[in-house]
Amino acid sequence: MSETVGEPTASAPAGAGPLLKVRGLKVHFPIVKGVFVDRVVGHVRAVDGVDLDVARGSTYGLVGESGCGKSTLGRAVLRLVEPTAGTVEFDGVDVASLKGEALRRERRRMQMVFQDPMSSLDPRQSVESVLLEPLAAHGVTPEGGKDAHVRRLLDVVGLPGSAAGRYPHEFSGGQRQRIGIARAIALNPDLVIADEPVSALDVSVQAQVVNLLEDLQEQLGLTYVVIAHDLAVVRHVSDTIGVMYLGMLVEEAPSDDLYATPRHPYTISLMSAIPIPDPDVEDRRERILLAGDLPSPANPPSGCRFHTRCPFRQETRCDDEVPALRTLAPGHRVACHWAEEVADGRITPAASAFDATAVPTET
Amino acid sequence: MGTGTSEELDLGQAPGRPGRTAYDGPLLAVDDLSVTFTRRGRRDVRAVDGVSFAIRPGETVGLVGESGSGKSVTALAVMGLLPGRGVRVGGSVRLEGEELLGASDDRLRDLRGREMAMVFQDPMTSLNPVVSIGVQVTEVLRRHRDMTREQASVEAASLLRRVGIPDPVRRLKDYPHQLSGGMRQRALIASALACRPRLLICDEPTTALDVTIQAQILDLLRQLVRESGTALLMITHDLGVVAGLCDTVHVMYSGRVVESAPRRPLFGSPRHPYTGGLLASIPRLDAPRGAPLHPIQGSPNDTIPWETGCAFAPRCDHRVDACTTSAPALEVRGHASVRCWNPLPPPGRTAAAQEEDA
Repeated sequence: MSETVGEPTASAPAGAGPLLKVRGLKVHFPIVKGVFVDRVVGHVRAVDGVDLDVARGSTYGLVGESGCGKSTLGRAVLRLVEPTAGTVEFDGVDVASLKGEALRRERRRMQMVFQDPMSSLDPRQSVESVLLEPLAAHGVTPEGGKDAHVRRLLDVVGLPGSAAGRYPHEFSGGQRQRIGIARAIALNPDLVIADEPVSALDVSVQAQVVNLLEDLQEQLGLTYVVIAHDLAVVRHVSDTIGVMYLGMLVEEAPSDDLYATPRHPYTISLMSAIPIPDPDVEDRRERILLAGDLPSPANPPSGCRFHTRCPFRQETRCDDEVPALRTLAPGHRVACHWAEEVADGRITPAASAFDATAVPTET
Repeated sequence: MGTGTSEELDLGQAPGRPGRTAYDGPLLAVDDLSVTFTRRGRRDVRAVDGVSFAIRPGETVGLVGESGSGKSVTALAVMGLLPGRGVRVGGSVRLEGEELLGASDDRLRDLRGREMAMVFQDPMTSLNPVVSIGVQVTEVLRRHRDMTREQASVEAASLLRRVGIPDPVRRLKDYPHQLSGGMRQRALIASALACRPRLLICDEPTTALDVTIQAQILDLLRQLVRESGTALLMITHDLGVVAGLCDTVHVMYSGRVVESAPRRPLFGSPRHPYTGGLLASIPRLDAPRGAPLHPIQGSPNDTIPWETGCAFAPRCDHRVDACTTSAPALEVRGHASVRCWNPLPPPGRTAAAQEEDA
């Protein structure tokens, strides 16, 4: 995708640019073969040219199915994986080109919350030690001493002060995720990237963590990038949502617009596939079923990457021309050649999109 | 929905099955089922505690609950798949009037696969990784329908095609790891449907799958129930799935059913505070944005034993004194059966009006 088309339009406060500015970001993982000498036989294009802006104090939601590259994108922003190409500008500094000490210092301002609170906490490390480690790593002495700092953090995330001396196994999943969040905010960061922050939790507990994330944003003025497959959760917390498919952003819009008027066929299908806990709505709605599975990111389809599963696919352009991310409405960018026609109802989904037993065409 | 090739999905009853007499009760009747795990030196764990429900042919019944609520153990008990040692099963499970608890292993093996089949959550762990898909689907056909190898593989290919797997003849030779998650789940459903069972139990069949694949599988199940009159027991934690699929829903908490209702009353006016809490705590795609979520406090581990009160009481907003002193019984209130001392008011009535009644 060319970097000149489609200006990202996340609304930034006047005078200050976006906190995070990603341009042309690519992450390709080499596929190596060979016993003694590694030969690169191909690349998995996990992220393949993404442009996005995240405004200060806002929440950017990234959604997509497993394997679409959303987690890799989040990690590349923090340089937990090395980007293959592109720039990641964090508050005016290009993180992708930083090295050594400068990168380490910049990392203090960007933190991550992981999906599985059991495997992201060291089982042999007490909560106190978990929360003090970031301070030690960055040589920060907290105001009022370490104990007070730990207690303040625990209080902010809604855990009792007595939790400090305990170990991760003594907590429930929701409480562990609170510890993970406390660790992420220990250094008072500007940007927090949350990768599936609630999907490992019980339904009744998810809302607690979602509310906590929202409260913290209000109190601490955090900027979030929330990565999740659950569009309902993402829509609830995000100001802007980016929908990813096979390493590319296919649609980006303010979250109310995205729900009211999804423009990309993939978003339309994704929306119609999400079950809504209301029998009346479920009975009325028309589901558009996507045939088959996500194609391999090592060998993505030509043209529009969605054309192999797209219910709105046309004879021309879809197979051989990569669609640009075009701005169709303020803040609403869509990568589809036929977005206007789909929106006007001039193109309707194929009949097979309504049949669960339809056999997808082999690629 | 279901246009085009719907007539192709011929998964109807096997015609002229011998020995079937007229029977007009429910297909599956579970009565006061309890499952206790015992271990020497440990306190007994009562995973399922007096669960009763029934399913009629062509009906879809949902069992909803969080992890540890006993919904999967209920399914395993119905299928007779619980281990023989360290487990005490009480109550009764009747399939077309025939008692399954205490039935011989031979009899259960005859019934499993032919009359009742189960689809598990994770298709990667429930398919044998070193046996090809073809063998795993055909073994059911050869065991129960006495088919020859050739007949069975023709039938298996057509089964795979019916559940939407492309190029089924080639897929029969594939091993589970060569299939994607959605395809594996389809293969598992195909083998569960191989003998046209009258009862299909699905334990979180779509939890491990992406939403677009989930929609495909749920539509397949819907079509199956509609066209072949299979009775479906759907076990899930996802209320959205239940809303679109189930006729009757049983909400479980800590081993007991706390609310049973047809789906419309259940979602329209939940009576048990736990059901109400679950519905209030999930963000809805179609709800106006910015409305705060109302989570249930605490975690599913914060329970008290049912003997001493209501297990949900420690987390409940509607707790009254009785909740921590005696266990409520499942009582019929309007359209629903509710196990609660202080249920949520029915729609259109305030809590105050209800107190006047009491």
